[in-house]
Amino acid sequence: MSPGNITLYIFVLAAFASVMVMLFTRTVFYAALALIVCLISIAGIYALLYAEFLAITQLVIYAGGVLVLILFGIMLTNRIAGKPLITESNHRVPGVIVAFGMFLTLIVAYQQTSFNTAESPPAQGNHINQIGIELMSTYVAPFEIGGLLLLVCLIGAALMASSFKKNDNA
Amino acid sequence: MTMPEYTILFTLGAFLFSAGLFIVFTKRNAIMILLGIELMLNAANLNLIVFNRQNPTSFEGQFFALFVILVAVCEATVGIAIILKAYHYFHTAVPDQISDLKEKN
Repeated sequence: MSPGNITLYIFVLAAFASVMVMLFTRTVFYAALALIVCLISIAGIYALLYAEFLAITQLVIYAGGVLVLILFGIMLTNRIAGKPLITESNHRVPGVIVAFGMFLTLIVAYQQTSFNTAESPPAQGNHINQIGIELMSTYVAPFEIGGLLLLVCLIGAALMASSFKKNDNA
Repeated sequence: MTMPEYTILFTLGAFLFSAGLFIVFTKRNAIMILLGIELMLNAANLNLIVFNRQNPTSFEGQFFALFVILVAVCEATVGIAIILKAYHYFHTAVPDQISDLKEKN
């Protein structure tokens, strides 16, 4: 048991526990906070798997951006001020069957696949440097298309969410 | 990194995906459904990073995960905008209660 292993197990346990909270809580706000804990734990796992750039991206974009947006959404769709937003659940039995079946399918698929389990050292040199170079050479087309997609989403979401006044008159 | 750790990480990925699927399937609030979708995307990303760790000479898995995060951000933004708009029209964020294409007069 090396210190890296123990850290990995702590992160895995934190992700597992926070997802259990998400499954069993009825308050949407608590579920969003548990998802933040889960995403931060996954960022820690990324850092331990030598994906430092992805870890930072996960922290900044998910835990810092998307979840704050979702918290805003929760607060803006709460009709009765002061009361927490409660979600009911339905179709519980089919949900359990589908989710458990999916879990079993994935586990069986993992066990039937032979992975490259050799102890392999990480790539040499500065990872973030190499990622930047590859992003601007090999992956420049998806990078630019992604930028365009973000711009379209930004304008579309702002237009959709901000035209309240005009529709009130219609 | 040895085999037991990979097994644990794969199991965690499968569990996260199944939990996200369960949340999308059972919870009635639209924001809860968005949270479930984010969880499923993160499970896929976790698997991609583990695969990339097993073939560490290239960064393909990391780039795939990066673009998945990018599309997930767009999806969350547009999803929240649609939910806010639907809430403004129908005064509810429960998709089951939204069954009209146009606001009732």
